[in-house]
Amino acid sequence: MVDKKKMRVVNNKTHSVDGKGLMQGRSYYTDDLAVQGSLVIKILRSPHAFAHIKNIDVSEAQKLNGVALVLTYKDVPHVSMSRAGQGYPEPSPHDKFILDEYVRYVGDEVAMVAAINEEIAEDALKLIKVEYEVLEPVLDFETAYENKSIIHPEDGIYEMFPIGFEPKKNVAATYEMEVGDVEKELAKSDVVVEETFYSQAQAHAMLETHSSNARLDEHNRLVIYSSTQTPFHMRRIMSTTLGIPLHQIRFIKPRVGGGFGGKQCFHGEFFCALTTLRTGKPSRFVYTREEVFGASYTRHPMKISLKIGAMKDGRINAIDCRSLSDTGAYGEHSLTVFMIVGSKVLPLYNKVDAVRFGGRVVYTNHVPAGAYRGYGAIQGNYALESTIDILAEKLGMDPKKIRELNSMREKETSPIFEIMGEGTKGTAMIMESCKLPYCIKRGAELIDWEHNWPRKVISPTKVRGYGMAIAMQGSGIPFMDMGSCSIKLNDGGTYMVTVGATDIGQGSDTIISQIVAEELETTVDKVIIYSSDTDLTPFDCGAYASSTTYVSGNAAWKAAQKMRKRLIKEAAEFLEVKEETVKFDGKIFISGEKSITLNELSIKLLYNKNQQQVQVTESYFGHVSPPPFMSAYAEVEVDLETGEYEICNYVTVTDCGTTINPMLARGQVEGGVVQGLGMACFEDVKYDKKGNLLSNNFLNYHIPTHKEIHKLTTEFADSYEPTGPFGAKSVGEIGIDTPPAVICNAIYNATGVRIHKLPITPEKILKGLKELRK
Amino acid sequence: MLVKFYLNDVEVSFDVAPNEYLAKTLRSHGIKSVKVGCNESSCGSCTLLIDGKPMMSCSILSASIEGKHITTIEGIQEEAAKIAHYFGEEGADQCGFCNVGLALTVYALKRELKNPSEEEINNYIVGNLCRCSGLQSQLKAIKAYLKEE
Repeated sequence: MVDKKKMRVVNNKTHSVDGKGLMQGRSYYTDDLAVQGSLVIKILRSPHAFAHIKNIDVSEAQKLNGVALVLTYKDVPHVSMSRAGQGYPEPSPHDKFILDEYVRYVGDEVAMVAAINEEIAEDALKLIKVEYEVLEPVLDFETAYENKSIIHPEDGIYEMFPIGFEPKKNVAATYEMEVGDVEKELAKSDVVVEETFYSQAQAHAMLETHSSNARLDEHNRLVIYSSTQTPFHMRRIMSTTLGIPLHQIRFIKPRVGGGFGGKQCFHGEFFCALTTLRTGKPSRFVYTREEVFGASYTRHPMKISLKIGAMKDGRINAIDCRSLSDTGAYGEHSLTVFMIVGSKVLPLYNKVDAVRFGGRVVYTNHVPAGAYRGYGAIQGNYALESTIDILAEKLGMDPKKIRELNSMREKETSPIFEIMGEGTKGTAMIMESCKLPYCIKRGAELIDWEHNWPRKVISPTKVRGYGMAIAMQGSGIPFMDMGSCSIKLNDGGTYMVTVGATDIGQGSDTIISQIVAEELETTVDKVIIYSSDTDLTPFDCGAYASSTTYVSGNAAWKAAQKMRKRLIKEAAEFLEVKEETVKFDGKIFISGEKSITLNELSIKLLYNKNQQQVQVTESYFGHVSPPPFMSAYAEVEVDLETGEYEICNYVTVTDCGTTINPMLARGQVEGGVVQGLGMACFEDVKYDKKGNLLSNNFLNYHIPTHKEIHKLTTEFADSYEPTGPFGAKSVGEIGIDTPPAVICNAIYNATGVRIHKLPITPEKILKGLKELRK
Repeated sequence: MLVKFYLNDVEVSFDVAPNEYLAKTLRSHGIKSVKVGCNESSCGSCTLLIDGKPMMSCSILSASIEGKHITTIEGIQEEAAKIAHYFGEEGADQCGFCNVGLALTVYALKRELKNPSEEEINNYIVGNLCRCSGLQSQLKAIKAYLKEE
């Protein structure tokens, strides 16, 4: 354990390494780096929710002056794949072709045009004649299972290992687990509550739209710049799908303008690759905002039913959770998001005697669902943490007390960890760091729970309600996801760090620089970092599953430790002393009377004696996935006449171990909270009865702004995770998990109206109030 | 058609299509600091100053700016560095995509409103969407910048 008080860079305020440059307009986002004069790519998209292409005639489009390439399903490799951007083998079904003779949602790709400019590309799209056989779509996920409309009737699609894939029944994945005997424990319970909740699709709405571009380098290798979270996975998947040797492809992730999971998957990369390979010319593809909403991914909508049994004293005996998830037209992340509903939620209440989780993920003719910050945990948290409050009321208990009594504590475990992984079996682990009891206690103090809960009447028409929830997440996927880091000594005594870790705005370049600087006792400005280039940086699984701080951070820490040892060895050789006698303070190596500065040593090593490039590489994969924990409380003021409400204060207390960068950790928590509040309060992906997307811009899909967010109170618990870098756990996702349940509980406490279907809108509250008055 | 205007106080003349918007014109002339997040004037990423007023350049016809003064972030580098400092202090600068447009808006706010209330600040910057920061840290950073003499 490293003494936090002695840390000089880690756990200290450090500005983002790239914040100033980006604010000054340095242009390093994907489309900023496209080759001037690139062919512009546009996609003809399906106007039908489900159809078979009977005929497609592109001859007029091809004849248009300025059109370089037109592609339909007849012109691309017929190789099924998953665009999910996951490790190998993927836990998502291989159910997508680059282009196909079926289109499965309004917006699905029909054909591609590449032209010398945008206007000609758009004109060419209008010249493509398509004859569709319109099929009956499945637009209600509760009717998808064994529906007579089969969304994936085609041959050549498959699962890489058993995930319960049954396309003829519209099932992308299935999962079942049970610990103990749930039926028996429920029967034994004094009180059983049974509730069903619905969570909606949510749009990622990152500010930079999906963007990629391609060129051939001087070796005729394919170079793709992409706003991706997973450059190494993309290179692998592109190689196998297009049948190009992997070493002939280079993926570069420049600066990314927000991801939230939405950029884990493929978007335009295949089209850029095909255009550039077939024409020899550079190409670029930038999604319009409408395409981001209507032709990328959303969060999986779900129906979650819970039964919880408890004894009169408040002890929870059993939790039974049945879920149904809507993966839309394709099955990216279908199984893994589904499993997280259980595996990153149910262990919160680890003292149960029995727990059961299961259900299926079904296809519908909606925009496909994919990875999204929280990844199933937010859906599960909404259902479980709302039901816990309902149980507490039935038992006549304070909801804070029932959580204190039943929730996870340090040095405890849950059998779920060993049973449930991400698509596969999990990994047993003990909570070496869990300050959840402190988080609950401190959060209650910050909101003055004792005096305020459940409600405070402000006026005859205004009431303030108080709600709470707890949450957990993970820190990477153990035994699966790997991160690595190389450190090179420059002359001048500075360090060049290359990592595969993917900075998408969350600040991984900054926190990795801090970890290296801390270990090598230098400052962040002496560390130059370059990340996510499949040619130049070592491998990393990418930015997902809350892995960066813990997995990539551990790799950086290991590499820095190795560099430190190596520098001492080189200094000892130079000073002609034993290694054990050398002390290094980041600037100078001292052994007795002898000394050499790092600067001098770095120059000698390159120019004068035993010349060599000092460079080290280390990799890390987790043996556990230590969860960050959180408590959250909200004060919500409701207008009883209109149902409108305002969030007066949202309090969170988080245990993410050591905060490598306290300000950026706060940014992760608050950014997550606000995105979660959007989902809780108003964000809603809506379709009409034919499956046309209605919420396709920022005016009809509202995201939280400065008008809605008033006060966030964000604190961290003093915690140290022994397996983490300088005691850290990850913190990228957990912030998003609590708002739906917290707001639901607060609204109930204010009004007596329990909202079972997100988002929690004034209309639903008003309707509930009217029903109560009957 | 040829349009003549002042780009960060330097007179330029660009050949533009009559239906071309300013964000596209500037980006195609290498001014890539202008970010396009929606291309339908609803996110604020493409904000720049036209005669000192923040405007969304994705929806301003290039042909309409004849003789006007356009300020991009390149024109206020020192102020951008100052704003970045306050954002850094609050950890408010995440992905950075919205930051250039926001910095220009905040720069204009400081010159337009003296001692604005929190509500006035929020009203002024509400059109600059941000999905990363959680917004409160931005507000704190902006307040600190506005206080600076």
